[in-house]
Amino acid sequence: MKIGKMTIQETEDEIVEEFEMFGDWSEKFEHIIALGKKLPSFPAELQLEENKVRGCQSNVWLTTDLRDGKIHLEGDSDALIVKGLVALVLKVYSDHTPDEIINTPLTFIQRLGLSASLSPTRSNGLDSMIKKIKFYALAYKAKMNS
Amino acid sequence: MSSAATNITPLNITSIREDFPILHQKVHGKPLIYFDNAATSQKPQLVIDRINQYYTKENSNIHRGTYYLSELASNAYEGARDAIQKQFNAEKREEIIFVRGATEGINLVASSWGRKNLKAGDDVLITGMEHHANIVPWQQICIEKGAKLKVLPVDDNGQIHIDEFESMISEHTKFISVVHVSNGIGSINPVKEMIAIAHKHNIPVLVDGCQAVPHRKIDVQDLDADFYTFSGHKVFGPTGTGILYGKEKFLEDMPPYQMGGDMIKFVSFEHTTFNSLPYKFEAGTPHISGGIGLATAFEYVDSIGRENIEAYENELLHYADEKFNEVDGIRILGNTKNKIPVFSFVVEGTHPFDIGTMLDFEGVAIRTGNHCTQPLMERFGVSASCRASLAFYNTKEEVDNFIIALNKVIKMLK
Ligand SMILES: Cc1ncc(COP(=O)(O)O)c(C=O)c1O
Repeated sequence: MKIGKMTIQETEDEIVEEFEMFGDWSEKFEHIIALGKKLPSFPAELQLEENKVRGCQSNVWLTTDLRDGKIHLEGDSDALIVKGLVALVLKVYSDHTPDEIINTPLTFIQRLGLSASLSPTRSNGLDSMIKKIKFYALAYKAKMNS
Repeated sequence: MSSAATNITPLNITSIREDFPILHQKVHGKPLIYFDNAATSQKPQLVIDRINQYYTKENSNIHRGTYYLSELASNAYEGARDAIQKQFNAEKREEIIFVRGATEGINLVASSWGRKNLKAGDDVLITGMEHHANIVPWQQICIEKGAKLKVLPVDDNGQIHIDEFESMISEHTKFISVVHVSNGIGSINPVKEMIAIAHKHNIPVLVDGCQAVPHRKIDVQDLDADFYTFSGHKVFGPTGTGILYGKEKFLEDMPPYQMGGDMIKFVSFEHTTFNSLPYKFEAGTPHISGGIGLATAFEYVDSIGRENIEAYENELLHYADEKFNEVDGIRILGNTKNKIPVFSFVVEGTHPFDIGTMLDFEGVAIRTGNHCTQPLMERFGVSASCRASLAFYNTKEEVDNFIIALNKVIKMLK
């Protein structure tokens, strides 16, 4: 175990390794669902339209703020599986610099080999969430450089 | 009910399932349970073979060639029109327009009839259980014309009421467009009675028959529908096919919807004379193999027998209804007895997306979301639901296995 903050890639590798221990799909899902249940839900005042990342079928909410040059992310979803995946995206991307986020594409979701409906798509809102995080990273970067 | 008295032959489901090659596969290691028939139906080998034969032996453009192949294709395509005319008991073949699907059928009428006949202050009446395809085209033409879209309410059981329908008709009502069977909750609407009432006020009616045609024999003259439309892919035919039936007197009076080849008689740079019905509404090269395949799909359905299918599906409906209602925390949207085997449901404390995603790993295909009926979902106070929709090739055993899988995923999600 490395001391200090892991890179985005290292966190991804760790997640993928963790999932390799599970046997069938139900164990993987049980883990994702557990992560979803563990992630605190947004209070009603944060479940705002402006924090919403629109998915076709499930709602995803996202907030960002800049702390010591790093982007801190919080997220939530009304679908438990999506919420579990949101928790993983937060674990990977939160508290990294805008540059790190801009330059490292996410690969772990595909590598988990879950199902077509869980790869980042329009229907679950994950795709829009990841795009939005990148967008915020660009905006924070521009702000820091100005 | 004695089957001898009603002339019903029990279906041999094992042999019927043999006709649908796609059903015999495993998904994530489990036998496929295809319960998304309201979205699209599977295709029998007969239809697949017919399309194959068309491209192998008959392909050419229709209505144009002077040669053997073109005549073969034209005859097959126009033969399909005749077969479909018979299937729906339309009075004339000119009243059968090939379209891309119900969406195009409705757009054609809203655009062509609506643009010519609607004006400011008019009303168009629809129901609260329409598919978006029967909302948006009317809403947009109403906005364009300064007309109003009125909506007949749906009650808690998922039904509409004839008296309420009649009371919503006024001298402003110019057109009525209603769904025959709801894709969201499966309710069968009393369209024949509605049409009779509308005609007392001289108002034309379009019926969106997408979910009715796969489950019932339709007689457009008996219904007295002015327009009736459906999509071929939901009735065991190819995607990209469909029919708009329209009474000749309306179709004659309507301007063309799209312009191009085949729909013209004479063209100069200044002027065009349009072709006669049905070609006036069929611009460009049509989906030839699709139209032929669609007629074959009806041939297949007829070979099994409409009454036999209806009887079996009702049995399946009642069986599944009982099993669904036993699931802990389930709420089925719409509670009418007069329905097709469609179950729209939510489960307390779970999100439909989670259920659908996990059922996939049990080999189960259902639809989750709003089913293109957002206002209807809102009516039931949900933004999304799970929908299991059955066809005559589904079995009680599949229902049992579905319920086991459903209970398993609910347990995991709680
Ligand atoms: C009731 C109803 N109307 C219209 C449509 C639209 O059909 P299509 O997308 O095939 O044009 C559907 C299909 O979902 C439907 O179920």
